[in-house]
Amino acid sequence: MITFILNDQLVRTEEPAGSVLLDFIRYKARLMGTKAGCREGDCGACTVLEGHLENGEVRYKSIVSCLTPLGNVQGKHIVTIEGLQKDKMSPVQQAMIDHAATQCGFCTPGFVMSLTAHSLVPKKSTPEKVIDAISGNICRCTGYRSIKTAATDISRLLAQKEMDDPLGWLIKKAFLPEYFRNIAGRLKEIQATTPDANDGKIVGGGTDLFVQQPDALIKTSLQFSKAETNLQTIDIKDSFCRIGGAVTAEEIMKSDLLQHYFPRMKEDFRLISSEPIRNMGTVAGNIVNASPIADLVIFFLALDATVEIKHKSQPDSTIPLREFYIGYKKMKLHPGDLITAIRFPLPEKILFHFEKVSKRKHLDIASVNSALSIQMDGQVIKKIHLSAGGVYAWPFYAEKTVRFLTGKKLTEENIAEAAGILLSEIAPISDIRGNKTYKSLLLRQLFFAHFHELFPETFSAEVLYSKMLAV
Amino acid sequence: MKNIDSKGHVTGKSVYLDDIPVRQDTLFAAVYSAPVAHARILSLDTSGAQNFPGVVAVFTAGDIPGENQIGGTIPDETLLAEEEIIYQGEPIAVVVAENEYIAREAREKIKLEYETLEAITDPREAAEKGSLLLSPRTLAMGDASSQWDKCSYVFSGSTKIGGQEHLYIETQGAYCFPKENGNLTVYSSTQSPTAIQRAIAKVLGKGMHQIETDVTRLGGAFGGKEDQATPWACMAALASSSLQKPVKLVLSRQDDLRMTGKRHPYAADFKIGLSADLKIMAFEVTYYQNGGAVNDLSLAIAERTLFHATNSYYIPHIKSTIYSCKTNLPPNTAFRGFGGPQGMFVMESAIAKAAQELEIPALKIQQKNLLKEGDLLYYGQKVKQVHIRKAWQTAFREFEIRKKQKEIDDFNKKNPLIKKGLALMPITFGISFTATFLNQARALVHVYTDGSVGVSTGAIEMGQGVNTKMLQVTAQTLGITPSRIKLESTNTTRVANTSPTAASSGADLNGQALLIACRGILQRLKKLAGELHGANASEIDLKDEKIFVGGQFTGMSWETLISEAYLRRMQLSEIGHYATPEIYFDKEKKKGSPFAYHVYGTAMLVSKVDCLRGTYEFEEVKIIHDFGESMNPVIDTGQVEGGVIQGMGYVTMEELAYSKSGRLLSNSLSTYKVPDIYSVPKVFVVKPLKVSGPKHAILKSKAVGEPPLMYGLGAYFAVRNAMRAFNPGFKYFDSPITPEKVLLGLYEKVKA
Repeated sequence: MITFILNDQLVRTEEPAGSVLLDFIRYKARLMGTKAGCREGDCGACTVLEGHLENGEVRYKSIVSCLTPLGNVQGKHIVTIEGLQKDKMSPVQQAMIDHAATQCGFCTPGFVMSLTAHSLVPKKSTPEKVIDAISGNICRCTGYRSIKTAATDISRLLAQKEMDDPLGWLIKKAFLPEYFRNIAGRLKEIQATTPDANDGKIVGGGTDLFVQQPDALIKTSLQFSKAETNLQTIDIKDSFCRIGGAVTAEEIMKSDLLQHYFPRMKEDFRLISSEPIRNMGTVAGNIVNASPIADLVIFFLALDATVEIKHKSQPDSTIPLREFYIGYKKMKLHPGDLITAIRFPLPEKILFHFEKVSKRKHLDIASVNSALSIQMDGQVIKKIHLSAGGVYAWPFYAEKTVRFLTGKKLTEENIAEAAGILLSEIAPISDIRGNKTYKSLLLRQLFFAHFHELFPETFSAEVLYSKMLAV
Repeated sequence: MKNIDSKGHVTGKSVYLDDIPVRQDTLFAAVYSAPVAHARILSLDTSGAQNFPGVVAVFTAGDIPGENQIGGTIPDETLLAEEEIIYQGEPIAVVVAENEYIAREAREKIKLEYETLEAITDPREAAEKGSLLLSPRTLAMGDASSQWDKCSYVFSGSTKIGGQEHLYIETQGAYCFPKENGNLTVYSSTQSPTAIQRAIAKVLGKGMHQIETDVTRLGGAFGGKEDQATPWACMAALASSSLQKPVKLVLSRQDDLRMTGKRHPYAADFKIGLSADLKIMAFEVTYYQNGGAVNDLSLAIAERTLFHATNSYYIPHIKSTIYSCKTNLPPNTAFRGFGGPQGMFVMESAIAKAAQELEIPALKIQQKNLLKEGDLLYYGQKVKQVHIRKAWQTAFREFEIRKKQKEIDDFNKKNPLIKKGLALMPITFGISFTATFLNQARALVHVYTDGSVGVSTGAIEMGQGVNTKMLQVTAQTLGITPSRIKLESTNTTRVANTSPTAASSGADLNGQALLIACRGILQRLKKLAGELHGANASEIDLKDEKIFVGGQFTGMSWETLISEAYLRRMQLSEIGHYATPEIYFDKEKKKGSPFAYHVYGTAMLVSKVDCLRGTYEFEEVKIIHDFGESMNPVIDTGQVEGGVIQGMGYVTMEELAYSKSGRLLSNSLSTYKVPDIYSVPKVFVVKPLKVSGPKHAILKSKAVGEPPLMYGLGAYFAVRNAMRAFNPGFKYFDSPITPEKVLLGLYEKVKA
C-alpha cells in the first residue's frame, strides 16, 4: 500500500511500487493535464511537483513523473496542473498566456509546473534561476523567446515574495490554492504510517532504471534508498566531505557547505542533466549505473573519492572510487550491497576544475567530460587527480598522467607531454556521441582547458594557441 | 488576439488524442515491426503473442479485408509487410490486448524468420545502383552548359545535409470506435483527416462515407503527421472493425522515432559561374534525395526542392536535376519547408564556396543577385510584389551590418581561441501546394437561433493558431464578438475532401473558404435587415453586434436580427468553397506559375565559437520578415520565432544517425537533441517589413508556417564563417555542424 496526497486528495493505492507516477496520474487518477512526451526525462511534459516534509515544513521541487516510481512518492505531496487554481489563473499561467508562450500546448503544463516549483523555492528568484527551473522542459513550437519573457516576468514578481511567510504570500498572490496550507499537517499523519518492509532491487531516483526497463520494474520487488534518512546528508568534518548515497545532484549543487570549496559548482552542475532530473538522481545511482560518462563520478574521481558500502551479511567496507570499476558496467559490488556514501578529502587549498562537452550544452550526455584537482607547492605540482568520461569502458582515472605530473613543474612542456601520455592511456570508441578521433582530440582540449581556466596567466589563450595546440 | 486555446493549454484542460476519455471495453494495440532494414520474410509465427494472457488478437497482412495498401500519392506502401521487409521499424503485425503493457510484452513473443538482404542507406549509392523512386527530374532555364566559358569564375563542390526528426512532443496515435452498420469513427492526431478516411476505406474495403475522422488538435506535427499519421489510424481501424471494440493505438516515443520517416537527407553536387562583377550567370545542381523505402511525399518534396534551387536570386542559366533515391530507411516525409531548405542550403553553399575562393564576404554575391520585380523564376513564374531587396536593405540598415562585421573582424583579431562569424540569410519561399489540385478548401458555418456561431473548416489546429485566425475571420466578417463563436473539431462528416493542413496554406485556403461562407450568410442578413429597416442591402452594416443603416445604429442587435431571420425561415448555414485562382503548373513543359505568392525576408545571424572546445553559441539573430499585413502579429511572430529555432537546430545539433545496416542510432531524446531554452540566441529580434499584402493571402496576411525555418540555415554559415577565421582551410559543406564536426574542422591540418 502506497499512501500520498495527490493535489488535495489522499491516495491509498495497491498499484505496484515500480509502476511510474505518470501512469498513475493519467490512467488511474484520470488527470490528463500531465502529458507523456518521451518517458525518459528528456522533455519535461510530465513535470509535477513533489513536496516532502522537512523540519515540519513542506519543501517542494519539480520532478518528472515518467521516471518516478510510485514507491518514491510514499508520504509525499504530488501536485499536477489540476492541483493549481481551479477558478482563476495563477500568475504563472497568466504570464504564459500574456506572452503567447504556448502554441500547440502539449508541453505547456510541464512549463507551468516547473515555474510553479520555482515559485516555491525558498531563495530569491533571479532571471537566471528561473531559466534553470525550466531547463528540463522542451518546447518544439515557440522557439522559447516568449517563454523566456513570461519566465522573466514571473521572476520579477517572485522577487517581491515575503520571506517571513512565503506560502501565505504565494496563496495570496494566487500562485497556489488555499489547500496548500494544510498539506504539512496532512503529510505528518501519513508519515506516521510505516512504509512496507522492503527487500529487493535498490532504486535511488530511478532516472536511468526507469528509462531502461520500465515495464520489467512493474513486476520487480524494489526497495527505495530515498526512504532511508541516514543516506541523505552532506557533512564536512576534519577536512573530509561525506555525501550520503541518496543525496541528489541538486542538493550537492545547492549545498552552501560545498560552495566554499567549489565556487564554480553551480556552473558545473548546470551542465548535468536538468533541474528536475537533478532533483531526483542520486550520487549512489550515478555510481552504480556505471555509465562511462557519469558526470558525478567524473567529478568525484578527480577528488579521489572513496565509496562506502554496506553489505548484507558482512561488515561495511570502503573502496577507492578509482578501483571500483572493473569493466563496462561492471563493478566491485554484490547483489544486496548498498552504497551508503562517498567521501573525499577537502584540503583548504585545492584547485578544482570540471569540463563537459556534449552535442547540446545542457541536458545532454557528455561526448567527453573531465575533472582535475590539483594542489601546488610553489611552481611544483604537489598532488593531482584527473578523470575523464567517454574515453574508456568506465569512468576513467588517468593514472599514468597523474603519476607523470606529480612532482613536476607546471610548464607548457610538461603539460604538453602529459597530454600525450593521457591520450596514450585512454581507449575511446566511436559511437553516437562522437567518433574516437573526436573524443581523443576533445579530451586533449579539455585537459588544456583545465589549465587554461585554473592558471590563466601561465596557460593563456595566446600560449595555448601559439605553442600547444599546433594548429 | 491571443491563441484561443491558451487558457485550455495553461490549465491542462485542452484535449489531445491520448486524453480522450477511454470507453470501458477499449482494447490497446502495439505494433510489431521489422528488426532489420532489408530482408525476405521466410515465416512469421504470431502464436506466442496470440496465446499470451490478456491478448485478444494479433493482426497481420493476411487479416486485411480490403487492400494492404496505404500509399498516399503512389500505391507502393503496404500497411503491414507481407513478403519483404524494406526498412527497420516497418510494421509487420498489430498486437491487441487488454492494456498496452500486455500488448508490448506480447509482441516480443512473435517469431520472425527472414533472410537478410543488402541494405542501402546512402542516396548516392542508391542512385548508382539504380534504386530510385522515380526517374530523375530536371528543371531548366537558359543553357547553363554553354555559359561556363563566358563566366569569369566557375566553382564546383559538393554538399551533404542531414535529415531532421519532427519531434512533435505528442507522439502519433489513433483511437477508433466501431459504429452501427459497419461504420467507424476514428480520432487521430493527423494533419490529413481525409487521407486517413480514404486509407481506412481502402484497407477495410469500405466506402469513405462509412469512415468518420475527427481531430480536435495536435500536440505538434511539423509535417510529420501529414502522411504518417495514416498507418496507425488504419491499424486501429483494422482491429476495431474486426473485433467490434474500441481500439487505441498510441506510439511510444521510441516506436515513433524508429517507425516514422523524417526530413529527407540530401547529397548534392553544384557548379556555379559568376561574371567579373559577381553576377551569377549559371548554376548547375544535382540533388540526391534520400527518399527512404517508399514514396510517401518524396516526389512532391523533390519538386519543391527544384522550385527553391535558386533561393532569392535571379539566375539566367540554370539546370537542376533531382534523383529521388529509394533506400532502406523509413519513408522520409514532409517537414516544415518541404524540400525548400535543402534546395536553399545548396544554393547558399555554392555562394559561400565562390566567396571563399574569391576571398570576399558571401554577402557581396548574395546582394548582387537578389530578385527584383518582374524577374522570371526558372520554372516560369514571373515574381510580383517582390520584397527581397527591401528586406535585405532594411536588415542592412536596421541591424548595422557593416558595423557589426567590422566589430567581429576586430574581435577575431584580438582573440586567438574565440571566433565570431556573421551570416546573412535571405529567403524567398513560394506559397501554395505545388500539386495544384490540393489548393482548395471548404468551410461550414452555422448561425444558431441565439446568435451564436459554429465554424467547421478543413484546417487542423496544431499550435500554429489557425483556429484563432478562423475565429478572427468570422468575427470580423459578421461583425460579432469572438466569444459567440466556437471553432469545431475538424471532422470529415462536416467538411469533406479536405486537403492536408500543410504547405503553410491552412489559414489561406480555409480562411478564404470561411470568408466566402460568412459573406453568404452576411449577404442574406443584410438583405433582411434592409427589408426590416426600409433600406437597400448595400446600406446595411453589421458591426459590434449591431445593425447600422448608412452608418446610423438602427437599435437592432445581432441577436434580434438572427431571431427574425429564423422566424422568416431564412437559411442560417452556409458552406464556402475556395480554390486558389490563377495558379498552374504544366508538368510536360515543366513551366508554370505554381505559387499564389512568395514570402520574403532576411536574417542576420552571429555565432561565437569556442575554438578550444569546439562548442558554439549564437549571440544575435535578427530578422526582417515579410508578413504581408499580418492579421495576428502575436501568432505570426510566434511562428517566425519557432521556425527559426527549429531551422537552427536542423543545421546545428539535430543529427540523425543510422547504422550502415539501416538501424536508427539516434533513437531516443537522449541521443537526438533539439534546441532547449539555453540554445536561444542572446539577442533574438523579429521585425515586420512594412509592405502591403497580396490578395490571395487571407485578409492580406501572408502564410507564415514554413518560410521562417529557412532563416535558421544561416546558423550553419555563421558557425562556418567563425571556424574559417580560426582555420581558413576548412572547406566542407556538411550539415549539421555539430560540436564534433566543429572541433575536427578547427584542427584539421590545412591541406597544401
